Amino acid sequence: MPAACAAPTIVSALATRTGTTLAQKVWAKHVVRSAQGEPDLLYVDLHLVHEVTSPQAFDGLRVAGRKVRRPDLTLATMDHNTPTDDKRPDDLAQKQIEALVRNCEEFGVRLYPLGSPEQGIVHVISPQLGLTQPGMVIVCGDSHTSTHGAFGAIAFGIGTSEVEHVLATQTIAQARPATMAITVDGALPREVTAKDVILGIIARIGVGGGAGAIVEYRGSAIRSLSMEGRMTVCNMSIEAGARAGTVAPDDVTFAYLEGRPFAPKGTAWERALDEWRSLATDDGAAFDREVRIDAASMRPYVTWGTNPAQAEPIDGAVPDPDAIEDGAKREAARRALAYQSLRPGTPIRDIAVDAVFIGSCTNGRIEDLRAASAVVAGRRVRSGMRALVVPGSARVKEQAEREGLDRIFRDAGFEWRNAGCSMCLGMNPDVLRPGERCASTSNRNFEGRQGPGGRTHLVSPAVAAATAIKGAFALPSDLR
Amino acid sequence: MEKVTRIAGRAAPLDRADVDTDQIIPASYLKRLERTGYGDGLFSAWRKDPAFVLNDARYAGASVLVAGPNFGCGSSREHAAWALRDGGFRAVIAPSFADIFRSNALKVGVVPVRLAPAQVERVMRAVEADPATEVEIDVAAGRVRAAGIDAALDLDEFTRWRLTEGLDDIGLTLRHEADIAAYESRRPTWLPQVAGAPAAEGSARSATAEKSRGNT
Ligand code: SF4
Repeated sequence: MPAACAAPTIVSALATRTGTTLAQKVWAKHVVRSAQGEPDLLYVDLHLVHEVTSPQAFDGLRVAGRKVRRPDLTLATMDHNTPTDDKRPDDLAQKQIEALVRNCEEFGVRLYPLGSPEQGIVHVISPQLGLTQPGMVIVCGDSHTSTHGAFGAIAFGIGTSEVEHVLATQTIAQARPATMAITVDGALPREVTAKDVILGIIARIGVGGGAGAIVEYRGSAIRSLSMEGRMTVCNMSIEAGARAGTVAPDDVTFAYLEGRPFAPKGTAWERALDEWRSLATDDGAAFDREVRIDAASMRPYVTWGTNPAQAEPIDGAVPDPDAIEDGAKREAARRALAYQSLRPGTPIRDIAVDAVFIGSCTNGRIEDLRAASAVVAGRRVRSGMRALVVPGSARVKEQAEREGLDRIFRDAGFEWRNAGCSMCLGMNPDVLRPGERCASTSNRNFEGRQGPGGRTHLVSPAVAAATAIKGAFALPSDLR
Repeated sequence: MEKVTRIAGRAAPLDRADVDTDQIIPASYLKRLERTGYGDGLFSAWRKDPAFVLNDARYAGASVLVAGPNFGCGSSREHAAWALRDGGFRAVIAPSFADIFRSNALKVGVVPVRLAPAQVERVMRAVEADPATEVEIDVAAGRVRAAGIDAALDLDEFTRWRLTEGLDDIGLTLRHEADIAAYESRRPTWLPQVAGAPAAEGSARSATAEKSRGNT
């Protein structure tokens, strides 16, 4: 790397150990300006924009007479409030959609609008285009920007004022975060997926367990995951309160990237590879915090509560709040069970489910759809069950249709939708009705997240699929 | 941003941990194109419960919210901070804040005040016992005073300076335009660029020229 890189300053209690972490290396290469007592000014390699968190930012630019500094490093799409059936968006949503079109035209930003073959959930389209690459700094007005860390990038969500700041300056002012290692070593048990790995991690460290830190996921169980699995893990870093999540780039990363539309080609590819290989955390480097988890202790999880740490193995039962020692956690569990209408001691497999949602930036990629379709092939969803499959992008949809997955889902009784966030967030027409209970492959089970009064249980695509068939939480192996 | 030098007033106790952004403002309220007008959405689901603290007339007009740890977890929506501001809140006191919420709140001029858990507990109990309890956040002097506590305000010098001067962050950064340009001249050339094509043309071209190889 050229001399732009300020020397990494490692603030660590373990200063005797030498070496630098992945996050510290990437950070140091992006420092535009560093001054005592001020946050670092970081350069942003890629700024992803969507319709919901950007209109006020573009307005701000207009009012101040500013331009988008680097339209060539900015990409917009629409995903949050867009319908995933063929109906028109509601009037308010339509206004936001039109505002994005106008803003992108006025400021020269490339937009993949509804109907474009590249449209989709912002965190699904950028990796599949090869825009997300190791060593980059990527931001977006969306907390699940952490997804892109799976490539060894520093990627984090920002608010609308920061969106405006990045549009105007291509930089972001950030205090240097702590570093945290979460190491999962060993072989994952059967039927434990990437989604279960991250649910298991959050259950152990809590919803604030990663606060203020960039997490690096390490260990043989993480290395064994595909790029899509790593994205699922990094995606939910924010659910542990982390600023970002990362995985060191390796041959799996490079194989995924090679040949994608925006990946470097020819000699540029070779130069990029040299650079990317140098990013991994040095052997002697120390993290501010370290957590080690035995992969063999992981299970397929189902959340029972209203925060993502409130999860139990599918073999378990709804916990008894009275047995929880920590007062605040006990109170939270009581409230959660009341909201979710669950009784302590109920086996997870006995909980009847009304709806199944397979999709989102956590689990709306092609591997997720393949995993789910393998479970439902030749079966029928339980009668009365509302079951949705929503591909994460138009490309994922196209690929799935090429593989005939749409047929499998439709034949089983699932609705097959267009790309978008859909039932992940209760903003577009796909919402739960009050009291409806949903097995969802998304990332948040907050009260009302999928619609006012809706009850969300977070699961992997395989569990969601088996649950759709069974009518209550189930593993694929329960169906035989 | 308006200058924020001192916040003083009554406080409302929201004794819950992990208050998430979907509670502060549900997604269905995020369809506006402006930075204001979010007061209706503030805690809209919880406000349906007559016993919810913000429905208690004794806390009407409170300018400070006292809450449990990890306040503002979840989404990056700045709308959460806008909604609090539109609901009359100028500060939130809690043992800890989610990172993105904290930074959004500071942009909006809603001050995230982190106190030790025992101190938050003390303020919470005082406010519950007497809704007329006055809380003072002296940003200029860097102090928090409430319920017999006189604690340092946990904000660095730079952040306090920005707040008390009401500074525009973009303006601040643009003073370093030369540093940005210098950095840009050194960026590796192989880094990806999205052509800044007009919307319609961009998507049409990408459909043909950038044929995705699928997703394997
Ligand atoms: S799928 Fe859900 S979590 Fe992901 S970007 Fe969309 S709304 Fe956010």
